Amino acid sequence: MSDVKLKITDRDGNIHNIKAPVDMSMNLMEIIRSYELAPEGTIGVCGGMAMCASCQCYITSNHKLPLMEDEEEAMLSEALNVTEKSRLGCQIIITKDLEGLECEIAPEE
Amino acid sequence: MIKTDILIIGAGPTGLFTVFEAGLLKLRCHLIDALPQPGGQCSEIYPKKPIYDIPAYPEILAGDLTKKLLEQIKQFEPSYTLGERAEEIIKDKEGMFTVTTNKGTKHQAPVVAIAGGLGSFEPRKPQLDNLAKYEEKGVEYIIKDPEIYRNKKVVIAGGGDSALDWSIFLANINADVHLVHRRNEFRGALDSVEKVKELKNQNKINIITPAEVIELKGNKKLNSVVVSHNEGKKEIKVDHFIPLFGLSPKLGPIANWGLDIEKNAIKVDTYDYQTNIPGIFAIGDINTYPGKLKLILCGFHEATLMCQSAYKIINPGKKYILKYTTVSGIDGFDGSRKEAPKSVVQAINE
Repeated sequence: MSDVKLKITDRDGNIHNIKAPVDMSMNLMEIIRSYELAPEGTIGVCGGMAMCASCQCYITSNHKLPLMEDEEEAMLSEALNVTEKSRLGCQIIITKDLEGLECEIAPEE
Repeated sequence: MIKTDILIIGAGPTGLFTVFEAGLLKLRCHLIDALPQPGGQCSEIYPKKPIYDIPAYPEILAGDLTKKLLEQIKQFEPSYTLGERAEEIIKDKEGMFTVTTNKGTKHQAPVVAIAGGLGSFEPRKPQLDNLAKYEEKGVEYIIKDPEIYRNKKVVIAGGGDSALDWSIFLANINADVHLVHRRNEFRGALDSVEKVKELKNQNKINIITPAEVIELKGNKKLNSVVVSHNEGKKEIKVDHFIPLFGLSPKLGPIANWGLDIEKNAIKVDTYDYQTNIPGIFAIGDINTYPGKLKLILCGFHEATLMCQSAYKIINPGKKYILKYTTVSGIDGFDGSRKEAPKSVVQAINE
């Protein structure tokens, strides 16, 4: 199967059940942008280099996620509205292990 | 007053390449950038990262791309206003634009090209009531003159390199430093982390973690901050509160220039990337149009087309036709000339 199902809550609290391809090397931030779940210019501003925090998400399901690299940790230690569930969407590559992942897009800074 | 033909706002790759295309049309350029050096994101954010989609460069570091662009435009003698942010634009009756920076430098040109990328990088501000009230009255996001903190009580918030580095620096000039961070661990260069630990052990830096500044108190100026941490709330008397939470890109004052904005970008006509205000163009990552892709190579294309229209605005009625650099060579404003070597032809005499 080349898609996984994700449940994404946008910044207005609306829930979106979407399909994300696993064979396009896309990350969570890009999936959110491709479905236009957050306005352009308010997400993925740095292009996905973990250099802004505009794609911060709260991962609310118990999926095993790739470990944070230094750049993501550093950004999340400076960003606003950070909780223990915070991750940068741009650092989470969509794989079949993410089937059923649930997340909320963090508020805009 | 700095006068030029095309005033370029933003000295990233698109802005720099504009100088080249304008130069071919004998148009001079001046660039304004809020950052202290040219290159935009390529030199400020990711100079050591490779780019793989610049045509004919299988791989080039962003910093090297900047260097090569600077080399390519050198003969067109661009001038710069660096470390200043374009703040205000006024168009006079003759259609001439005057752009003033935050430091008051004035620039005049018949054509303005906004190549501002993500916008200007502004300090990320904590969400605190009354924050604006105390800005420059005890709250500073950027340390301009470290000397003003000598022997003063300072609370620094943040957990990255800049929070660590400034804590060390200010502790060393006898400031009474409290470093407040939301997490227990700090992430910074190994040296800085070690140094902060050492200063903490010498009681020269007071570290409060995991904690957050939640309230600012004062009258005309900041007097104290309230910090929330494990053991409850604590009020700390301060002279200065310095939140150091990194930088975040903002469209900034350009958003108030009367330009059509869509999706946090400037709407343009794809004929020549002109905005709704004739004479103001927007090129590179800062513009939007149907099908827009934020790629450096698209910025180069947009800059090239834009310069053709700029020529017509600056030289109304003056004929020109596109020439190829291989055929015509390049005449720099510095008197230099580059051209293809002539091939040597010789007849065989028998």
